[in-house]
Amino acid sequence: MALISIEELYKSFGNFRVLQDINLEVEKGDFVTIFGPNGAGKTTLVKILATLVSPTRGSVVINGFDVREKPIEVRRSIGVISHDTYLYHELTAVENLRFYGKMYEIKHIEERIRDVISRVGLAHRGNHRVGTFSRGMKQRLSIARAILHNPVILLLDEPYTGLDQHASALFDKIMQQPGTEHTTRIMISHDIERGLKLCNRALILNNGSFVHEVIRDKISSIEEYRGIYEHLVTGK
Amino acid sequence: MNHALHIAWKDLKTEFRTKQMLNSMIIFSLLVIIIFSFSFADFLTDQKLITMVAPGILWISFLFAGMLGLSRSFAGEKEEGCLDGLKLCPCERTSLFEGKVISSTVLMFIMELFTIPLFIILFDYTITGIPLLVLIILLGTLGFMFVGTLLSALTVNTRTREILLPVIIFPVIIPVIISSVTATSKILTGAGFANITEEIQILVIYDIIFFIVAQLVFEYVIED
Repeated sequence: MALISIEELYKSFGNFRVLQDINLEVEKGDFVTIFGPNGAGKTTLVKILATLVSPTRGSVVINGFDVREKPIEVRRSIGVISHDTYLYHELTAVENLRFYGKMYEIKHIEERIRDVISRVGLAHRGNHRVGTFSRGMKQRLSIARAILHNPVILLLDEPYTGLDQHASALFDKIMQQPGTEHTTRIMISHDIERGLKLCNRALILNNGSFVHEVIRDKISSIEEYRGIYEHLVTGK
Repeated sequence: MNHALHIAWKDLKTEFRTKQMLNSMIIFSLLVIIIFSFSFADFLTDQKLITMVAPGILWISFLFAGMLGLSRSFAGEKEEGCLDGLKLCPCERTSLFEGKVISSTVLMFIMELFTIPLFIILFDYTITGIPLLVLIILLGTLGFMFVGTLLSALTVNTRTREILLPVIIFPVIIPVIISSVTATSKILTGAGFANITEEIQILVIYDIIFFIVAQLVFEYVIED
């Protein structure tokens, strides 16, 4: 059984249809990257998976739980890393993690905080306020926040936004560390090179529908894939 | 309820570190009391007139200052997308409402603690019926917070939330304002519990209704 199963998903805001006839199955351990231009519906799709937005029609089942019927169980199964860090500037790194740890009812919370904060290389800044952190450090702490409750699925919504090359490389390294590398991941990205490097399956979303899907190993070069993307998205 | 307490604790910890809202609320309410006491300086000896207008002044200062806090209650969560972070937590969304009510109410009580002594001094009241006054302030403040927190969540995604919130909140809380002002006026003139039961009933019923309404609709109000 697939860990994520989307069937005939439609989403409209008023008369504006954002997603139509989305079907997707993601197996345990898969890393799926979804590419698409602005307004394609990528973020709406992730928000539906994260239970932040309700689907208009169709079925979305995550880790065996329907997003409409069992949203709390779905939220327990997922971690979200976005361009927004969901961190409080006035609290320290440890206080932020402690707050989210309590919200997720994590047992042995202090031990877990020490573990995740050292994995993202911020143990030495644990008692510093997040407001004093650089964008890259905040994003690393955001990873710690997202994996704090050991989610089986990670949803990554444009996680590279605002990161320089060094910080992006560090982000990739953390994502491949033991403990996160077997998590099922869905990533939304504009960055074709980086998105392809990490995934084992790539999809292109355009005008609310999937228009292309390919296994990573079947792509001979990034240039070739970029050409397919340009053709499907811009029609050139 | 634990989740609500965690949210409230986080809010209060953040606020006590910066004191951005609390300072503004206290200074604003004190200024309102001082300005009105100067405006009515010529009538301060007319005890009958002052008894009529002073409770209204007290509640104006409470509600206007409380509005400052309410407008930031959810808006502050928009920074770094924290509102989505809270919505992603595995708990009922109403915990977010309850947590915000608790933290906003605590801040409002602190502001009221600073305001009441100044009010009593400047309007030359003798301190009587403190338990009753505390009861009315508690019920009035809770009614204001239940409605205010719900509407603050409703307006959080609008660009003009600071303007919109007071415009939509005051018509809804008219029963709270009238009952609280009337009861406060009676208490300050020495009335006992038996004389303010009608106001207490209205406030209790209003609080219960809006707490239940908020529990029922908050999930939809907070969705993107």
